[in-house]
Amino acid sequence: MLNKNLNQKLFDKDVEQIPTRNGYGEGLVVLGEENPNVVVLSADLTESTRAEAFSKKFPERFIEIGVAEQNLATIAAGLGISGKIPFISSYATFSPGRNYEQIRTTIAYNDSNVKIAGAHAGISVGPDGATHQATEDIAIMRVMPNMKVIVPCDVIEARKATIAAAKIWGPVYIRFGREKSPVLTTETTPFIVGKAQLLWVPSEKRKVKKPDVLIVGCGPLLHNALCAAKALEDEKINVSVMNVHTIKPLDEDSILNHAGHAGAVVTLEEHQIAGGLGGAVAELLAKKLPLPIEFVGMEDTFGESGKPNELIEKYGMGVGAIKDAVKRVIKRKTQSV
Amino acid sequence: MTYFHEDELKYLEGVATRIREKIIEMLLEAGSGHSAGPLGMADIFTALYFNVLRHDPKKPKWPDRDRLVLSNGHICPVQYVALAYAGYFPLEELMTLRKIDSRLQGHPHRGTLPGIETTSGPLGSGLSQAIGMALAAQMDKKKYWTYCIASDGEHQEGNFWEAVMFAGKNKFLNLILIVDRNNIQIDGYTEKVMQLEPLRAKYEAFNWHVLEIDGHNIEDFVDAVSEAKAIYEKPTVIIAHTIPGRGVSFMERDYLWHGKPPTKEEAERALLELRTLGKRIESEHE
Repeated sequence: MLNKNLNQKLFDKDVEQIPTRNGYGEGLVVLGEENPNVVVLSADLTESTRAEAFSKKFPERFIEIGVAEQNLATIAAGLGISGKIPFISSYATFSPGRNYEQIRTTIAYNDSNVKIAGAHAGISVGPDGATHQATEDIAIMRVMPNMKVIVPCDVIEARKATIAAAKIWGPVYIRFGREKSPVLTTETTPFIVGKAQLLWVPSEKRKVKKPDVLIVGCGPLLHNALCAAKALEDEKINVSVMNVHTIKPLDEDSILNHAGHAGAVVTLEEHQIAGGLGGAVAELLAKKLPLPIEFVGMEDTFGESGKPNELIEKYGMGVGAIKDAVKRVIKRKTQSV
Repeated sequence: MTYFHEDELKYLEGVATRIREKIIEMLLEAGSGHSAGPLGMADIFTALYFNVLRHDPKKPKWPDRDRLVLSNGHICPVQYVALAYAGYFPLEELMTLRKIDSRLQGHPHRGTLPGIETTSGPLGSGLSQAIGMALAAQMDKKKYWTYCIASDGEHQEGNFWEAVMFAGKNKFLNLILIVDRNNIQIDGYTEKVMQLEPLRAKYEAFNWHVLEIDGHNIEDFVDAVSEAKAIYEKPTVIIAHTIPGRGVSFMERDYLWHGKPPTKEEAERALLELRTLGKRIESEHE
């Protein structure tokens, strides 16, 4: 049963589809109006990271760096310790990819108030191929002290996350996708950094006391999770779907509560299964509540060129793959009892 | 040309010598750290903290203070000593360098020790942070100057040239870069490890105003800063030619002293030389 706070048309064939990076662009403009200290830096990707609207509206607070991601991070570091709130815009493979050490030393360890926007994350980047498909960025950012990590699931959440990032002190990494993806939330869906949210729970009509599995996901792939949840219901398998948009700080209480309730977990992300959301959830459960987990994501491999949906299917993150993972984990759950 | 009263110059040169002595003492106590670079930059740090910078050691977060970014964080002992003598924190604390629970980290960390404007150590990233501070000043219409001290060796980093290119294009008038041209790095002499020359021509090609000075002549340095402040259409780099290990004969010009501290016996010899140097300066001005 779909959470009432969500877009009730999200299962429609003609569901509205917008890239999450657009939400970043919209959020920047809102912030530009609200706060004169917000500045935006771009490394020659102003249009495609959607920083363009801000650059036109607030040219005196927009800084073009050129193709130089290390400079992007370090100039922002200087601004961030001088009272500004810099947002740095590039593709995630370059920032936080190429400039990892600069982010570590001059932003995170330096506790500079910089917000890192990594666009074109995940394999759904599509035809550009693996060089441009960031599938390790969540891992490298979440292990960094002082860093917060947010992965919005749709354009509206992306806008809210961008605005929220400016209002919390310190370094934040926000991940955006290139491809159009279904609008899952609405203007009134609550969004609080660090607070996970159930998108789907077993239907009341089914009179089940608890779900069989908790699916924990982040990003636009949550649409596939919801489609899987709906399809599984027809097969009399009951799941809950949780949106963990904030990977760090992780909403441990909500995850433990609902994972414990279900007794088994499937994690889902457009990222390597090692080190990302799945890794974070596994660390938590191993420490506090060991349960069977299955991981849906990139299996220690790079992507390739192709259409976004073809890639999602080929690399095992489609609706079918999620359903299979749910069934696998249920089997393990009954075996372990 | 800046007019220095003889007493003032004598005072500054005396401070520089005291800074060198303290560097030797703290490196001996720490048991690790860099010797040559800090000794080579003692005169410039003295000129900065005791003449050039607009700052207030009692108000290290004063918003209008001049910013000093140390890009080559490994020479931090000279900055720590200069900060302590300037009054940012007690001199005794210098002996905690590189020890557990100390505010004097092996490479500088912003936020614990007053007077440290940014975290540095990994090379090549200081100039761009200084650019960020200078940009913030421009946006906020603040009058402070941002100074960046960089080593010659770190010009081998790509990040450094990204920053040089950016500053040249954007014609910074509130940014002064000081390059410690001491010709050494860990693996040997810079020109042998990875050639930097023609350094002046490289900066000029990137649209910078270039000044070259003797980095041990405090008057020359203060003059160069005055000239840099008068250049409006370009950022200025002051290439300060220094002798690594300056003041301690057996450390001077030897790259092997880049990254190690003196032994007890070496420290005693160094201190003896420096104390003799201090007397010589006094006698020159009598």
